[in-house]
Order: sequence, then structure tokens, then C-alpha cells
Amino acid sequence: MSPALSVRVQREDFDTAAEIKLAGETSRQTGAVVSFTGICRDDDGGLAALELEHYPGMAERALAATAQEALDRWRLLAITIIHRFGRIVPGENIVLVVTASTHRQAAFEAASFLMDFLKSRAPFWKKIISGDGSDSGWVDAKDTDEDALRRWSETHGCDR
Amino acid sequence: MKLVYFAWVRERIGRGEEELDLPSSVQTVADLLEWLKSLGEGYQEALKVPKAIRVAINHEHVDYHERLDGAREIALFPPMTGG
Repeated sequence: MSPALSVRVQREDFDTAAEIKLAGETSRQTGAVVSFTGICRDDDGGLAALELEHYPGMAERALAATAQEALDRWRLLAITIIHRFGRIVPGENIVLVVTASTHRQAAFEAASFLMDFLKSRAPFWKKIISGDGSDSGWVDAKDTDEDALRRWSETHGCDR
Repeated sequence: MKLVYFAWVRERIGRGEEELDLPSSVQTVADLLEWLKSLGEGYQEALKVPKAIRVAINHEHVDYHERLDGAREIALFPPMTGG
């Protein structure tokens, strides 16, 4: 059976519990489901919202390509990636990655890999909207995100 | 050629997309970035740190050596901050 793949780029929120349940139910061989939820945080009380801009068409394509890369590296039974765009306030969901496999290691590693890749390879940009309503510029890309990517070029999937 | 811009590249250039007739001397991504700077202050401001600009042709990342042959849509944007 081919793995269940669901990649979505959307404005609306998602139901994390429902997505985890769905990914876990796609195969009777599933023994492990791992999920990562990225949430809009407010470090110092000054953030009103993030405005997420994306490149329609390329965003879906980049997420699908990343999912395919994970399928090539690990034996997975399901992958769900949901990335939101638009205005997102602190406490709200931004991104969800769910991976399902027979054993936990593949699911853990693939989820981590997917997040590292979409941090700096998926065409999304975060604009900071301050508490006073002003536009306070764009979130800068971090070198640590690039470093996180590089570690995957030195290692390979665990059970391929 | 259709060009599309995102995030602060879009803001500095002042528009999200445009159709431009590229001169025949513009063969590669590097040529394009250099030529765009001749179009005005907004472009110069957007492209002044060339290493900060990422480029995609037809929705695929490319490096600066890439030739523009076959390009339908070229996108310029800052390093991505997804996740």
C-alpha cells in the first residue's frame, strides 16, 4: 500500500487531534504516530500577530517535494503537512506535521526532518505586527535553521 | 517575462508582480538581478545585498548561475521563514 500523503496550505485553522487520529488510522501496520505543532508565540508581550505571506503554487510544491524526500528516506505509512498563511495571533497554530510508521524511530526522525526542511525551504515569510498595530518588519531567517538542514545531508534514513 | 516578488523584496520594489521585457543580454539569474537594479531606486534597495535574495524559476529554487531559458515565472524573495 502506498503511504497516505496529505499536504495542505490554508488560511483556516486545523484540528490537531483529528489529524493525528486520521494519520494513525490509514494503515493497520501503523504502530507509531508523531506530531509536531508550531504555534505563534509572543516572547516579550509585544506581538499582536504574525502575518504569514506565502508563494501560492510553489508553497504546495515545496511541501510535497519535502514529503517525498522523507518517504525516500524512511519507511512511513502516512505524512500530513498543514501550513497556514494569513494573520495568526499568539497561541494559534501555524504548522502541523504528522508522521506515521510501524516503529517510532522513523516517525520521530521524519517529523524532525520535515520541520527542518520546511523552516528554510518552504516559501513562507513572517511579518511582525506589534501590539500598537504597527508593522515591525519581517522575521529574519536564522543561521541555526540552515545548520539544522545540514545535519540531514550527513545522515540517512534509519531503516532504508 | 513574469516576475513575482515576496515579503520585503515586494515591499521595496513596490509591487507584487509585473511583466518585463528582458534585454537579450540578460541570460542568467545573476544577469537579471544586476539588470533589475538599473530600473530604479526601489529595485536597488531591494537587491542591494544580492546574497540575501533567493530565486525560483517556475516554482523551483535555482542558483545564480541558472539560465533563464524556459522560464515562465521568476520569483525573487528573501530567505524563507516557514514553520
